[in-house]
Amino acid sequence: MEKQKNSKVVEYNRWGYIFLIPFMLVYTVFQLIPLFTTIYNSFFENYRVGLEQIGPNFIGLENYVTLFSTPDIWKYFGNTMIMWIMGFVPQILLSLLLGAWFTSPSLRLKGQQFFKTVIYLPNLIMASAFAMLFFTLFANEGPINSMLIGWGLMDAAEPYKWLSNTFSARALVAFMNFLMWFGNTTILLMSGMLGIDPSLYEAAEVDGATSNQIFYKITLPLLKPILIYVMITSLIGGLQMFDVPQILTNGTGDPTRNTMTLIMYLNKHLYSKNFGMGGALSVFLFVITAILSIMVFKFTNAGGKEKK
Amino acid sequence: MNREESTIQKNVTKTVCYIVLILVTIMCLFWFYLLFVNASRSNAELSRGFTMLFSSHALENWNNLVHGTLPILYGLRNSVIISLLSAALSVYFSTMTAYAIHAYDFKLKKYIYAFILAVMMIPTQVTVLGFLQLIGKMKLDDSYIPLIVPAIAAPITFFYMKQYMDSTLSISLVEAARIDGAGEFKIFNTIVLPLMKPAVAVQAIFTFVSSWNNYFTPSLVLHTDKKKTLPILIAQLRAADWLKFDMGQVYMMIAFSIAPVIVVYLILSRYIVGGVSLGGVKE
Repeated sequence: MEKQKNSKVVEYNRWGYIFLIPFMLVYTVFQLIPLFTTIYNSFFENYRVGLEQIGPNFIGLENYVTLFSTPDIWKYFGNTMIMWIMGFVPQILLSLLLGAWFTSPSLRLKGQQFFKTVIYLPNLIMASAFAMLFFTLFANEGPINSMLIGWGLMDAAEPYKWLSNTFSARALVAFMNFLMWFGNTTILLMSGMLGIDPSLYEAAEVDGATSNQIFYKITLPLLKPILIYVMITSLIGGLQMFDVPQILTNGTGDPTRNTMTLIMYLNKHLYSKNFGMGGALSVFLFVITAILSIMVFKFTNAGGKEKK
Repeated sequence: MNREESTIQKNVTKTVCYIVLILVTIMCLFWFYLLFVNASRSNAELSRGFTMLFSSHALENWNNLVHGTLPILYGLRNSVIISLLSAALSVYFSTMTAYAIHAYDFKLKKYIYAFILAVMMIPTQVTVLGFLQLIGKMKLDDSYIPLIVPAIAAPITFFYMKQYMDSTLSISLVEAARIDGAGEFKIFNTIVLPLMKPAVAVQAIFTFVSSWNNYFTPSLVLHTDKKKTLPILIAQLRAADWLKFDMGQVYMMIAFSIAPVIVVYLILSRYIVGGVSLGGVKE
């Protein structure tokens, strides 16, 4: 009897494998094999000059040497990081502020659902359409300049060239990323803040702590694991920055390639069919992302109590 | 007196909060308001400068756009087909994968679970080179299949479903169904899937939206004009000598590609915003 039951359970459990087949099959074909062939490609010379195909010839690590010894990759890496930081700093500050307000038991703000709906909206907007919109709005003769001229903030004879100036072009990319992601971050931080034991706040209030003290001494330290999680996942997302600068600058990364990101660089290699260099660049991005992901796992496990 | 002071202070703080929140709301919505205003204005009106008032040329812009050079109605059709099928496949098979890990005990379970979590963060961009070569060899270049079928293996959707099952799906229900003689596949389809409805709805929307907005992979896979999706057409609009364009049409095109998502969002925002805080992991 016991034996029969056991064999039945084993029979059920066989279904675990069966239900995993579609995922494993599709993942292997469309992700795992491409990952390995991408790595494989990075060891070959394989590109086109006009109509002539060079390679594929095995050249060992030469693509990596070329990749890291040309200044391009460091420039694009720097651009990506600068634009990420310019967007992330205001994003995390505003998210902390809004999260603290929304979850504050003493403020009890009304219309929270409305505000949350509004701040999350930009996250769902098609990034390429959003970038195209900013391109038209911030054109030299576009609505924003015409508005600023109308208010007397700008000289009509010399409209500001938003996209020809390194700082303002980068700032526009960063601002769009900020706008698209701060709502998401706010909601994540809020669920972290709501997970903090309310008796801690009550005790602090009884002891006469001000709301600033409560924020810096209780909320912020207890929020550290989720803050680190938000930061690293945002960094992983930042490294993938593509749609916004690509559409905004039509793929040129202008002015003087100062808004060119790593994925835009990869995209260029893919279009010109330089699979060797594209492969080396992909492996580079893969390694950075893998290191960052391991950090996420370390922190979320160390976070322990953090609800996800 | 002290109490009065603190009430006053609280009211001041609240007022400041509301003012900042209103400014944040304006910062979020201003661009889209301006977009819809500009989509309703003619090229001549647009060149005259900035206004916050709607005009009456929306229909004219729309007609010009539809009869223009960009195949936007095809774009709409292609985007809808790809996004709908991706969303359907992704939620169905992610739920199935999560159920396999949740409900059964088998030797490799621990390793497979760890594997899926480990690959969750790998961005599609880093494997796209091999992906393009592969679909080239499979003769799937310029086809929808490489944009739809990979949605079956979506680690992030899987993770969400697994979390949801851990908190809601009890095995005793499944066992009861087994005693009634139902097969495992039938149990999954008729008992598990309906119980997962809230999670399925949230993830279906997320997958639909991210597929709808996706530009990188489709732009590398699709080459025929009539097969292209809306984000690729937007990029073409940007690459064209845009000054020659009728700007009313340009705005109408942008409005047209984001309006469906805005409408869906406004109807379902409650569930979507709730779903974000439940899921945690999203880029």
